[in-house]
Amino acid sequence: MWYAIVAAGILLCAILAVTSKKLLVSAIWLAVTSALVALMLYLLGAQQLAVIELSVGAGLVTVLFVFAINISGEEPMSLKPVMPKALAWGLVIIAVGMTIFLTLKSGVLGLTLQMPSTASMILWGNRYLDILLQIAFIFCGVLGVLGLLSDGKPEIQEEDEE
Amino acid sequence: MTNLPVPFIIVLTILGLVGVGFYCLLATRNLIKVIVALQLIIKGVFLAFVLAGNLTGMISIAQTMGLTVIVADTIVAVIGLSMAVQIRHKMGTLDTKALSSLKR
Repeated sequence: MWYAIVAAGILLCAILAVTSKKLLVSAIWLAVTSALVALMLYLLGAQQLAVIELSVGAGLVTVLFVFAINISGEEPMSLKPVMPKALAWGLVIIAVGMTIFLTLKSGVLGLTLQMPSTASMILWGNRYLDILLQIAFIFCGVLGVLGLLSDGKPEIQEEDEE
Repeated sequence: MTNLPVPFIIVLTILGLVGVGFYCLLATRNLIKVIVALQLIIKGVFLAFVLAGNLTGMISIAQTMGLTVIVADTIVAVIGLSMAVQIRHKMGTLDTKALSSLKR
């Protein structure tokens, strides 16, 4: 029962995030979607991941979105889409249909959920190469934040030393 | 509604998230909205990771992989937003179609 309610909430918030006209409202709905996804992860037994998703996905990313929208300003969203809506819907339906076909073929739906108790080994226990990958990602993120904060061309200011 | 098996409900959620994000990616022209669409798709993907880990009894590995996905997801958001802000500063617009004037 909980799963159905949370799933409906996730889908509703995702649709509202996509269809809302203002960027700021869209970012807020994305944060609510993220929080509900974290709740779903908790229900699936991934507690540690749920906490990280709640703090990073619903917290940090939302702050970044609000910051970037404030810097760049709202733009009117009444632009016509790049491709016709019918073509976009057709491509989406084809992609989702192929995924449904593969899902049904793999027999995933016949399995039942397990609720194993997990240790907090996930942070260090199972890590091999991906910790290096994450370090590289974090450096990229630092560069990205610098790009977010800088004002384009640095203006050379000549200061009098006296 | 309550009689549906739980994996079915979660697979529907994943497909819904990926479908909505994919549609927004195809239809929108605003750069920040494109990043919102990417975030929705990535959320669907790591929900699928955790579902697969839960069904096969390897939730620990799934959580580790999900952690990497969350880090990558955040970095994608940071770099995408910083590119959007810089493009807005340089070219004065967030419209992806106006950016194609770079080709000329």
